[in-house]
Amino acid sequence: MTDEMSTRKINSFQKQKNKQEMQRMVVSFALMIIFTLIAFALVMLEVPSTYVIPIILLLAFVQVGFQFFYFMHLKDKGHEVPSQIIYGGVFITVMVALTFTVITWW
Amino acid sequence: MGMTSAQKRGFGATLWDWLTTVDHKKIGILYMAGGGFFFLMGGLEAVIIRIQLMSPENNFISAGLYNEMITMHGTTMIFLAAMPILLGLMNFIMPLQIGARDVAFPFLNSLGFWLFLFGGVLLNLSWFTGAPDAGWTNYAPLSIQSPGHGIDFYIMGLQLSGAGTLMGGINFIVTIVLMRAPGMTYMRMPLFTWTTFVASILILFAFPALTVGLFLMMFDRMFGSAFFDAALGGNAVIWQHLFWIFGHPEVYILILPVFGVFSEVFPTFAKKRLFGYTAMVFATFLIAFLGFMVWAHHMFTVGLGPVANSIFAVATMAIAVPTGIKIFNWLFTLWGGSIKINSAMLWALAFIPSFTIGGMTGVMLASAVADYQYHDTYFVIGHFHYVIVGGTVFGILSGLHYWWPKMFGKYLHEGLGQLSFWTFFVGFHLTFFIQHFLGLMGMPRRYWVFLENQGLDTGNLISSIGAFFMSFGVIVFLINIILTTIKGKKAPRDAWGSGRTLEWSISSPPVHYNYKQLPLVRGLDPLWIEKMEGNKNMTPAEPVDEIHMPNGSILPLIITIGMTIASYGFIYQTGNKLWLIAVYSGMAIALISMLTRSLKDDHGHHIPKEELERIGD
Amino acid sequence: MSHDHSIDPKNMPKDPSKATTEGKHKFMGLWIFLGGETVLFACLFGTYLALRNSNAGGPTTQELYGLGLVFLMTVLLLTSSLTSVYAIYHMKNNDFKKMQLWMGITALLGIGFLACEIYEFAHYIHGYGFTFRSSAFGSAFYALVGFHGGHVAFGLSWIITLMVRNAKRGLDLYNAPKFNTFALYWHFIDVVWVFIFTVVYLMGMVS
Ligand code: HEM
Ligand SMILES: [Cu+2]
Repeated sequence: MTDEMSTRKINSFQKQKNKQEMQRMVVSFALMIIFTLIAFALVMLEVPSTYVIPIILLLAFVQVGFQFFYFMHLKDKGHEVPSQIIYGGVFITVMVALTFTVITWW
Repeated sequence: MGMTSAQKRGFGATLWDWLTTVDHKKIGILYMAGGGFFFLMGGLEAVIIRIQLMSPENNFISAGLYNEMITMHGTTMIFLAAMPILLGLMNFIMPLQIGARDVAFPFLNSLGFWLFLFGGVLLNLSWFTGAPDAGWTNYAPLSIQSPGHGIDFYIMGLQLSGAGTLMGGINFIVTIVLMRAPGMTYMRMPLFTWTTFVASILILFAFPALTVGLFLMMFDRMFGSAFFDAALGGNAVIWQHLFWIFGHPEVYILILPVFGVFSEVFPTFAKKRLFGYTAMVFATFLIAFLGFMVWAHHMFTVGLGPVANSIFAVATMAIAVPTGIKIFNWLFTLWGGSIKINSAMLWALAFIPSFTIGGMTGVMLASAVADYQYHDTYFVIGHFHYVIVGGTVFGILSGLHYWWPKMFGKYLHEGLGQLSFWTFFVGFHLTFFIQHFLGLMGMPRRYWVFLENQGLDTGNLISSIGAFFMSFGVIVFLINIILTTIKGKKAPRDAWGSGRTLEWSISSPPVHYNYKQLPLVRGLDPLWIEKMEGNKNMTPAEPVDEIHMPNGSILPLIITIGMTIASYGFIYQTGNKLWLIAVYSGMAIALISMLTRSLKDDHGHHIPKEELERIGD
Repeated sequence: MSHDHSIDPKNMPKDPSKATTEGKHKFMGLWIFLGGETVLFACLFGTYLALRNSNAGGPTTQELYGLGLVFLMTVLLLTSSLTSVYAIYHMKNNDFKKMQLWMGITALLGIGFLACEIYEFAHYIHGYGFTFRSSAFGSAFYALVGFHGGHVAFGLSWIITLMVRNAKRGLDLYNAPKFNTFALYWHFIDVVWVFIFTVVYLMGMVS
């Protein structure tokens, strides 16, 4: 069987759904690029650090959310356990980052 | 199948079978045998320590050797004895309890075991050239300054065995999430499976911190980086953080599985269902969660400041709450039960007061201000031996007596079991209870000698005598194993007659595919339910059909050998660059065998229906 | 159970990477593994955050970093994430050739990223004398960014092996999970990079 033929044969409803999903992916990609641009621009424009650091961290979190939920399908069904595990990892990450910035030097 | 047919096959074939096995039961036995061996090593080291401290200013071993002895004792007991034996029990029992035929990644399971074993062997090879001597906590800058290669063996040995443990953890999580038998919902899982699950999650999140810590230590010692080097702006406290971010969850990795063991043993021998099942599950998660937020209680005296110390002190004390829930649930399980006392039950009963004392001293230590007095004294030694020996070791021994008939098809001898219990139990309290007071009197930990006439002489002597009692108990246990292996009483499938969980529904020892037909689970304590309704055994959830099983493979062993050679090379390449040959050839061996694994399709094999029907059962 | 892993296009499973038991296991196993990886990078980030100002008299973050190259690297890696999504899209449509094509593009973008990183490191070492050994900041920087680079390199050898291995045999239910797990891993590398460019480079230019 050649690939061309098999593509044509697969259920057109499914194909349609796959396509819609792909469109959503492209939109999230565009948003990710925009977030990146904003973050870089804020730093290059030398916005005061009290504002810029929380903002770029927030942008990073949102962007990573897109990666996880859309690109990696964490929002879909059947991803309950993976998402719990990732939340756990994120929780520990935040805690570790916080302690290492705050209580390593005294 | 199993043992008997293996015996008929001749030594070479049997050996090959064990080297290539991917059967979770055999890997479980290998873990327990390996862990048992290292337990004896660690025990020997402990006895040597206690002989040295038996009398003031003793000269049994030199100061340097003493440091190596305490370091290797702690490291061996935690990483190479307690944890592997627990992993062995989990490996053997957990898949049976959820009604699975194997774990999710059998190949990885075997790789994990070999990595643990070779990591342990590598670490112990250091005895020939100088063992690590900076304590099991390996604090920088002491560990950075330590001459010779001892610390390098610590780094590489733990890196290897840690990688193996991480694989085991991931494997168990996936197994429990995806491979439960029909009807086995999460809230019908036995407590031992639950604690295996939660301990695996702890492994997953804790071990990477150790991995990073060891990498940084390796870079500093071997490649001249400056993570812990104050002269170049480094900071030794980073090691302490990384070590304890791993280290505190690690102590819960050691205790949670045995909480599971006790939650199986008590209901079986009290003939009552576990009191407060849901609370037990919830408490397990709560302990795990809190266990990640308390690591700095090991660092109270570092100078993190009063705010940080207070936060960590309160979080630490909070752990006592879910732990208390568990203790009371076990007591209520026993309450009014028709209790049968045997060795498994004795270990479990002895655990409750012993561990509670350890928890109580834990709360004392958690009080940051008071800890300035206790820290690095024998009080801490007393504390953690009450939780680790009185908790983990008692739990392991309880579990071994309990599941021995399931794993090997023969009972351990009851009289010998009780003899080893009583001697060990008495020895344990003799050794460690007095240490609290020695600590309060000011005896520091990790000191080679103590001085005469400071009120420490008698206490230390008592402590050492206790160690001999414990050794005696361990030897009796070994004799018990040997004797019963030769001529032990055969065990039926429901070895205690009051089994509640799925593992008691299949033959002892189980056939290599565990379940001819997967069982249908109708509730918590599924076998008990069937027995109460007058059924002899579980109702199958599927017709007899061919069974898909994974193929054995020698590759995990070869990969591990390659990595061990490379690790050895890493240790010595700092002195002589020719050792880089070992690094590269070891890595090449490992990579080529990994490549072989991924390029060669391995679909496993099928046990045909006809064969299953012929065997019966 | 069938012993045959080939795909019947008329009965195409919704997600061929999760149609077999092994596939489901691989999928779950990789996710769990990523949970552990999160902590691994958390610790490296923590170490970096603690040591980023310990330059021992060497160049500071502001003197060292250049945002132009970092932006280019970011675009390369983000795009490679999208191209791997395209590859999986074609996998779900059982279009093996297009999947291979997009995976190939993903790998090329990854190689581009890695080349930039090597250039960057060489630049720091030769231009500024900023090395792994020169200060605690140097150690922490190379450890964090280098671990990430090592993950990229590993991912590249993974996907190239997969593509070469399966070029002739086409897509089946046995190798579909392998491609899918690679894609997940690759996205995760991107996630880590997002934090690296934010925490290391952007925050390094600010403070
Ligand atoms: C109520 C529960 C517990 C509390 C509040 C607690 C508290 C503490 C504290 C505060 C320390 C540090 C003492 C110091 O160094 O000054 C400590 C040490 C230790 N604890 Fe616990 N602990 C508890 C349970 C456990 C358990 C269940 C285990 C193991 C199974 C354990 C194992 C250890 C070990 C090994 C150390 C010594 C580490 C070292 O410095 O080598 N603890 N504990
Ligand atoms: Cu602790």
